[in-house]
Amino acid sequence: MELVPALLIRDLSFSYDGRPVLTDVNLSIPVGDFVSIVGPNGGGKTTLLKLALGLLKPARGEIKLFGEKPEKMRSRIGYMPQNMRFDPKFPAKVMDVVLMGRLRKGNPLGPYPKTDKEIAENAMQEVGVDSLRSRPFSSLSGGQKQRVLIARALACQPDLLLLDEPTSNLDLMFESEFYDLLQKLNERLTIALVSHDFGFVSRVVKTVVCVKQKVVIHPTTEMTGEIINDIYGSPMRMVRHDHKATGDSFPACLSS
Amino acid sequence: MFEFVTDLPRYSFLQYALLTGLLASFASGIVGSYVVARRITYIADGIAHVVLGGIGVAIFLKKFYKIDGLIPLHGAIVAAFIAALLIGLVSLKAKQREDTVISALWAIGMAIGIIFISKTPGYNEDLISYLFGNILMVSPSDLWLLAILDLLVISFGVFFYHQFFAVCFDEEFARIRGLNVEFYYLLLLCLTAITVVVLTTVVGVVMVVALITLPVAIVGLFCRTLWKTMVVSILVSCFFTTFGLALSYVPDWPAGATIILLAGIAYLIASSIDWAWKRGRS
Repeated sequence: MELVPALLIRDLSFSYDGRPVLTDVNLSIPVGDFVSIVGPNGGGKTTLLKLALGLLKPARGEIKLFGEKPEKMRSRIGYMPQNMRFDPKFPAKVMDVVLMGRLRKGNPLGPYPKTDKEIAENAMQEVGVDSLRSRPFSSLSGGQKQRVLIARALACQPDLLLLDEPTSNLDLMFESEFYDLLQKLNERLTIALVSHDFGFVSRVVKTVVCVKQKVVIHPTTEMTGEIINDIYGSPMRMVRHDHKATGDSFPACLSS
Repeated sequence: MFEFVTDLPRYSFLQYALLTGLLASFASGIVGSYVVARRITYIADGIAHVVLGGIGVAIFLKKFYKIDGLIPLHGAIVAAFIAALLIGLVSLKAKQREDTVISALWAIGMAIGIIFISKTPGYNEDLISYLFGNILMVSPSDLWLLAILDLLVISFGVFFYHQFFAVCFDEEFARIRGLNVEFYYLLLLCLTAITVVVLTTVVGVVMVVALITLPVAIVGLFCRTLWKTMVVSILVSCFFTTFGLALSYVPDWPAGATIILLAGIAYLIASSIDWAWKRGRS
């Protein structure tokens, strides 16, 4: 197992136009971990992802992706954005979208080589969208789009999978399949996802990162109603699932 | 219509006009597909109008300082690239101010053009031809210029297809994959600028706007991939320019305006049918 953490954040602060979004964040995601980033809207979850991707620059502190600057290593990330921001009229087929995962610096000009198409095909099969390959992306349901975007992230052949709200649009039918899929993927790659779904959190995730300007880290075994209320600032009902105790995941709460 | 067919082999001005329409369709179909997909047709419109400023300055300098080698095209090129780069940088760095900046440049460009042209002795009559062009007065050198433009647009459009696609569809993801998003976006805008400039000097501003937007808008109603949109738009555009030219010939209507009107009406009919069909299904 690699000793360099997949993602390491030290003393990081970030603000939008003077309004602090994240302060004094310390976080380490070891290789092989399965992390869920939770917290209220506007708490800084997506900002944290964008900082990790090098799309935003921290005001203070440092971020290391596989031991290097994010810009340098972000090609090892498979990123799935929230799917609401896509232009619904854009002329693109599912295959065109998944093939974007094969983009890289110094891409060959002209059509994608055969190997790239095979990789894209495999990624679609893994997520179960290979039958949609010739469908227009805009004609898909929310859940199907999400799966296609995960296939695109997998087509990057990543070491770290970053998913922004992957469960928000999933059709119920696919939800449990989706958990199984992520668990299977976690055998070979590190996963971090942003989620508001606590039921999901406790079932398959190893570590929970709570983001509400500050960042607090819990192993899933420690998640209690009290902690959740603390994060969201209002009492919430918690659905209990079978907890997967993981002694090897993150040690403890860092701050509060 | 029939007269157009029988006169075509006889008059070279008709052949040139026909060729102009066909050649213009290639560049505008490809650039238009990208521009419409990315929803930045107003950037193309903005550039087309800023071009007037460049043309005005070039005409003025030529007459006033007797610079013989200077032609309106030179001024148009300079103005278009300045506009494309300025708009491109604003749209990359400060998205929320993009529309304001384009409106400002649009107004400033046209105002500069009008002032310089009005101060140039004996040059006021050309404003209408700048706006609507005259496809019946195209020279062989214009045709060569169009052919070179097509070569440029087709090769860039094909070679950088995936890069342009990625930047238009999901800029953020393209950046994460290591693509130089700024470079490709500005390259696309420069390609748009050069297309707009050449087409403006040959067929006029209004026709540029029409040819870049309308065929792609019609094809976009039923075509679901970008490259197919390009190919079909080129064909549709060829049909409009040819049919419009033929239609205008006998009643002696202005050819450019007839082509524009034809494309515009076709677009309105196509989107009404599309709207009614979707309503009927839901």
